[in-house]
Amino acid sequence: MKCQYCEKPATFHITELTEPTGPQVMHLCEEHARGFLQKDSMESAASIAGALAKQLNLGQTKQELEELDQKECPVCGITFFEFRNSGRLGCPYDYTHFDSDLTPLLRNVHDATVHVGKRPKRAAATADLQAQMIHLRRDMEEAVEREDYERASEIRDELQRIETEGSVADESETDA
Amino acid sequence: MKRGADFDDLAQSSGEWMRGTGPESDIVISSRIRLARNLADFPFIRRCSDEDRVSIERTVRARMESLDGWENICYIDIEQLSEIDRQFLVERQLISREIAEAEGSRAVAIDPTERYSVMINEEDHLRIQVMNSGLDLRNAWKQINALDDKLEAAILYAFHPKYGYLTACPTNVGTGLRVSVMLHLPALVITRQIEKVFRSMQRINVTVRGLYGEGSQYTGDFYQVSNQITLGHSEEKLLELIGDEVVPRIIEYERKARSFLVDQSQQDLHDDVSRALGILSTAKKISSEETMHYLSKVRMGVNLGLIDDVQVGTINKLFIHTQPAHLQKLHGRLLGSSDRNIERATYLQRHLTGQHGNGELN
Repeated sequence: MKCQYCEKPATFHITELTEPTGPQVMHLCEEHARGFLQKDSMESAASIAGALAKQLNLGQTKQELEELDQKECPVCGITFFEFRNSGRLGCPYDYTHFDSDLTPLLRNVHDATVHVGKRPKRAAATADLQAQMIHLRRDMEEAVEREDYERASEIRDELQRIETEGSVADESETDA
Repeated sequence: MKRGADFDDLAQSSGEWMRGTGPESDIVISSRIRLARNLADFPFIRRCSDEDRVSIERTVRARMESLDGWENICYIDIEQLSEIDRQFLVERQLISREIAEAEGSRAVAIDPTERYSVMINEEDHLRIQVMNSGLDLRNAWKQINALDDKLEAAILYAFHPKYGYLTACPTNVGTGLRVSVMLHLPALVITRQIEKVFRSMQRINVTVRGLYGEGSQYTGDFYQVSNQITLGHSEEKLLELIGDEVVPRIIEYERKARSFLVDQSQQDLHDDVSRALGILSTAKKISSEETMHYLSKVRMGVNLGLIDDVQVGTINKLFIHTQPAHLQKLHGRLLGSSDRNIERATYLQRHLTGQHGNGELN
């Protein structure tokens, strides 16, 4: 992994707990780590996401970046800008919605972009279906709030159907 | 599943991982594996409303209640706990500082031997943890994998065919697996080799932290070694990296450093560890930091056969039981810092003298 401020290898991995947005992980070379530890704080770019966004910067114009920052997930409403600042995503669908934007970040952190290893035997088949479930659940909560219990119960059945179908689809795949 | 837990009982006992047994237990305190998992039908914690959190907590609790073999699991509502009880669970390594200090609906399910714990509404909806004594990652993986299968049968996880288990922070995505081995490395500290060892590890994507996780100090010469990457390598590969490659190498370095200290001057070392035991067993007031410092020396003395009447398990327990929240639970009331130092000295004396460390804790 490279230092987030220069091209040298990052040999210090510092977790800053006092950031107002929550713990931030820093990956630094020796020189920048010394600078960081001597100074008490270093304004922005403290988060992983910030660091990665920096890497993204290289190939993008200011306008492209501004557009990316405003890109918003249709399911949870998080913007890429918010993600960059907090280092935390808003919902599972972000991995689909920001797919190509996250790739350089994942490559930087993990040196890989594809999962290898355990897979659940039972999982909602597609990202769209998982997003739909989040929407439906919210609708259900709203229905309960306005005391429309009939609608809430319909949505509950719909959610259960998706959950079961997801698992059935996966099981048949396993059998095949 | 039982609701709540008797904290006074818990304070008197000690977790499985503190036994001081298992492979390489002279250097390896514990082997821990955690899995980060999220429910498919909720946003990640950061974007959850208060209602969402309550709903997640209820959903997971209800599903856990339906699991076979979960009759003896204690389910603890962290939101309802006093600050001291929360700190107690942190000291015990059963919950993270993050979840202790968070707000809103959150909980933890703990098995009676304290091998397993499942945190609900931490940074991810679920943080499943298994912790064993000594270097025992293979068994820990078998146990956590089975537990994960069981939960997966009841809970629909957020999963992506390409990215694997989806997590709030992209640094955990993929396997969601963090393998952490807690090492006691006093000789590498004394011989000033520790920095060099860790610098070499950071080149191979391994992280080092203190006793209480991220951002904590390296007190008592304890170091937690864990994998940094979670995507692109299978669980088995990550276990191999830490358990078969990195940790054995550090153990070898620590053993060499210990031999070096013995060869160089066994008498000085013997004197040093004996004085440490002397201070711990006779002091009238002692801070937590000082306690950790001397317990570390005594632990090494015991492992090198220089102190023969104290057991490693006793020392392991004393490290935890002399922490502020534990002391106060054991004493039965809240204590100020200065009173804690007196209580800590009394407690140490009681467990290190007379019965020579085979007293009340064993």
